[in-house]
Amino acid sequence: MTTVFTFTIDGQAVAGSEDQTILEVAEENGIDIPTLCHLDGVKDRGACRLCVVEVAGSNKLAPACTTQIAEGMEITAHSDRLLEYRRAIIEMLFMERNHVCAVCVANNHCELQSMAEEHGLTHFDLPPISPVVGIDASHRLFAIDHNRCILCLRCVRVCDQIEGAHTWDVMQRGIETRVVTDMGKPWGESTTCTSCGKCVQVCPTGALFEKGRAVARGSKTRRPYLPYLKVVSEERG
Amino acid sequence: MKRELVIDPITRIEGHSKITIQLDDRGEVTDAHFHVTQFRGFERITQGRPVHEMPSIMARICGICPVSHLIASSKAVDDIMAVEPSPTGADLRRIVNLGQIVQSNALSFFHLSSPDLLFGFDADPAVRNIVGLARENPQFAKDGVALRKWGQEIIEQIAGKRIHPSWIVPGGMAQPLAEETRDRILAGIPEAIAITERALAWYKGEMIRWEEEAASFGNFRSAFMALVDRQGNVDHYDGWLRVVDSDGKVLADRIDPHQFNDYIGEAVEPWSYLKSTYWKPMGYPDGLYRVGPLARVNVADQMGTPRADEELGKFRWRLGRVANSSFHYHYARLIDTLYSIEKIEQLLRGPDILSTHVRSRADINRREGIGVSEAPRGTLMHHYKVDDDGIVQWANLVIATGHNNMAMNQSVLQVARHYIKGENIEESMLNRVEAVIRCYDPCLSCSTHALGQMALDIQLLGPDGALLDELKR
Repeated sequence: MTTVFTFTIDGQAVAGSEDQTILEVAEENGIDIPTLCHLDGVKDRGACRLCVVEVAGSNKLAPACTTQIAEGMEITAHSDRLLEYRRAIIEMLFMERNHVCAVCVANNHCELQSMAEEHGLTHFDLPPISPVVGIDASHRLFAIDHNRCILCLRCVRVCDQIEGAHTWDVMQRGIETRVVTDMGKPWGESTTCTSCGKCVQVCPTGALFEKGRAVARGSKTRRPYLPYLKVVSEERG
Repeated sequence: MKRELVIDPITRIEGHSKITIQLDDRGEVTDAHFHVTQFRGFERITQGRPVHEMPSIMARICGICPVSHLIASSKAVDDIMAVEPSPTGADLRRIVNLGQIVQSNALSFFHLSSPDLLFGFDADPAVRNIVGLARENPQFAKDGVALRKWGQEIIEQIAGKRIHPSWIVPGGMAQPLAEETRDRILAGIPEAIAITERALAWYKGEMIRWEEEAASFGNFRSAFMALVDRQGNVDHYDGWLRVVDSDGKVLADRIDPHQFNDYIGEAVEPWSYLKSTYWKPMGYPDGLYRVGPLARVNVADQMGTPRADEELGKFRWRLGRVANSSFHYHYARLIDTLYSIEKIEQLLRGPDILSTHVRSRADINRREGIGVSEAPRGTLMHHYKVDDDGIVQWANLVIATGHNNMAMNQSVLQVARHYIKGENIEESMLNRVEAVIRCYDPCLSCSTHALGQMALDIQLLGPDGALLDELKR
């Protein structure tokens, strides 16, 4: 028998079962907590930190997507402090690589862009890093532009957990971190990739795209969101 | 909390330019240079980008004529994919390109140049602008605004939006034409023609007033280059390059635009970021040629539409088979506009214009591609090289303003020699130097002058290089 916990989010009384996360309970109760790396149907990993919330009695901010609920928690999901942090996170994501929305395949269909708009990020104060990062367009159908990757690792997770191909991985550390195919081989030479396109569909930005798509004509207009990902993961338990 | 917004300086300009004029011991003009002092670097920043992004990136070169770059760039990528757009896709591109020509020509003639023509080159600069125009001749100003709006609406309705539209894509167009859109554009044709014919009638009636300017505003022998179709008609989208001399003699014809590198060279001068292109068979700097509306009417056998051909006949009756003064760019621009409106109507009435097959698709099939079209200011060339994955390795753009660079320099020298006497510069001289540049409608004047002035710096240098006088705006 599962235990039911009752607690509050932004003063609203809510309840959930012991195995749920704060984000799941918030979603069930219509409380919107912003996310970028979270994707229904694949396991959360708390990478983007956009969903951080305040938990009464703790000095640390907790990512809502990976924090289990507990009895009597008092959670603040929206405050000026959190808004400031979230805005800073989005700004840092933009500055870390080279995002040029006007000529991006995902323009107007981009979750990073939407998040920036929703959080009132009208300009950048941080200096851009402008790293030199490449594009791998060796796959016949798809390409990855690392300039636009925010390392949410949805591609890595969907490829491993849903498709079962485990083509994608993560290489290097810190600012040098990159997603890679087949341990660093060009995507076009991958022997594990099934060309299913799930990674392209779940990418929140224009980092992964169908080749030949023109600017703002990205193929991700049919989101949200591949409901079958969730169905598949539930069936598999 | 009260806030104060300060805009300083106002940079209402497409580009920055400078003119230097050299004088000898007797105060006579010996040389003059037109310097373009800004650097953009699009050929470098596009290296490493997927080639399908090129049209949209290249469109950002200009907010006035993004469609010209979209067309030439998309054609270059078509070439790399080794595909031709379907006939309907090509015709829709033609219509958008002509809409672009109409709106840009309207901007150049009505908004930028007509204040000089209407008020005279010596008029008070406080009056000699679009605001003065609206006060003095409201119908004329309204005509200019309405014609530009009509051209912009064509771009918006067929290509998605007015500035930097995204529906002109490699392989054709992203969207077919809706019947109601076609009908809406067609409904505006009679007024667009009426406006252009009114402007032409006015211009022809007033031409005699500008005889002195016409005689010294870039009035010299040179070659002219433009695209023509199989029948020798003007063609703004496709066709072959033709070059004629000052007498109308054809120097070269039926040049496949893909071979343009065999005929056109690019020289770099230390005093300008704008490259000088030249006709290779004649070498540099003798191979000076002009492009743009004047070149189009000089090069073509005929325009190819009835009203424009009638006007071309009158143009040639007045000025000869080839008009050599750059002042006549204005006159030619109006004929070019009339042609464009008529051609848009012809294309929209085509039987297959509503076909839904507007795009061809293909992978990367060539490592190199060239796209050439006529932009408002003249022939525009995009040339790309890619790797097997379609990543851009190299790009070269030959822009209309570059073709005209040597001619603009020679024109500035001619105007300076004619109007500068002694060591002082007067405002009317400054305005004439601006006005001769404006004849060519170079991109750096695109968004200037509408409210009075172009950012221009004129320096008068003595024989030892010492600065004698300077006028800045």
